[in-house]
Amino acid sequence: MNSSSPSSAASTRMVTLDVARFRPESEPAPSWQSYQVPVLEEWTVLDALNHVKDHIDGSLSYRWSCHMAVCGSCGMMVNGNPTLSCKSFLRELPDQIRIEPLANLKVIRDLVVEQNRLIDGMAAAKTWLIPREPPPADQAYRQTPAQLAQYRPLSMCINCMLCYAACPQVALNPGYLGPAALALAQRYNLDSRDAGAIERMQTTASDDGVWECTFIGECSEVCPKHVDPAGAIQQMKLASSLEWFKRRLGLGGDA
Amino acid sequence: MKTQSFQPQLPTFWWLQRGNYRRYMLRELTSLPIAVYAVWLILALLRLGQGAEAWAAFRASLATPAAIGLQLIVLVFAVVHSVSWFALAPRTMPIYIGTRRVADAWIAAAHYLAWAVLSVLIFLAIGV
Repeated sequence: MNSSSPSSAASTRMVTLDVARFRPESEPAPSWQSYQVPVLEEWTVLDALNHVKDHIDGSLSYRWSCHMAVCGSCGMMVNGNPTLSCKSFLRELPDQIRIEPLANLKVIRDLVVEQNRLIDGMAAAKTWLIPREPPPADQAYRQTPAQLAQYRPLSMCINCMLCYAACPQVALNPGYLGPAALALAQRYNLDSRDAGAIERMQTTASDDGVWECTFIGECSEVCPKHVDPAGAIQQMKLASSLEWFKRRLGLGGDA
Repeated sequence: MKTQSFQPQLPTFWWLQRGNYRRYMLRELTSLPIAVYAVWLILALLRLGQGAEAWAAFRASLATPAAIGLQLIVLVFAVVHSVSWFALAPRTMPIYIGTRRVADAWIAAAHYLAWAVLSVLIFLAIGV
């Protein structure tokens, strides 16, 4: 975090932040509030928000923690784009910036959204290891680099929910498990230690699962960790179809 | 403390908002002319079943400027549909050799190759 404050010299760049505020105790819907912020060259949108919080308006609410695109807390809409505000440099943005909470999600206050959609989706899709066999008594599970490579890109998810803000299906179907939860389910499906793929299909191949996805692909475009949830979901559609055919032919069906 | 959260609404014209949304809608739209063409093919089978005279009349109707124009439009949409589909295919079926993921271009190229081979086989089968 940059704790220094810009000088008030004439050369200091001034940026206008138009921030969507929502104070549920006093207003039924969000409203706009503008802040004039003197900024430094190396600042991100998050630094500017921190300046507002520290020096202009302490009542502004938003989530953040690591300031280095790892924790996944500071996602918000910056000029309409789902973005990690700590990764969004002011030098690449105009002097007037529109900041809103992540789209498609319920707003609790100002820029803070409900995260239930992801958490509940992960629980429903069982995004944890369902072991093939108990771990070896005296050693860790073994996995080759090739087995690791299968799921490693999907394991990069930081649960920031930018993909939920990018996905119209999240808004259109309130039950849809969502891009990140499904990508994480596929992360475990592809893990050599895991045997839960068929079990996960109970939800991931249901009416709230992968078939709700129409492969718009914007989730993968906005992902700060290049996870490609859209690709993972299509792979799950393929697996779900193959499983359906297998059952039709009286093969498999062990769950 | 229980507070009231705000549920934002998706605008009716959400699909105009982003380049990716517009490309997606175009890709979905291409299925409509292809559906029209599928009906047209079924009609062809129907006319074929009605005898040589009906078939000849149907073939003549295909050669009219309006029919040729419609077929060209369908062709353009079919090409857009196929190209956009093949562009997405590598993400649906990633292939790993050891720890390396096979480049998307190879998987897309395999689809184009299969397309070409099948087209040649069909042309050979119908004796063009």
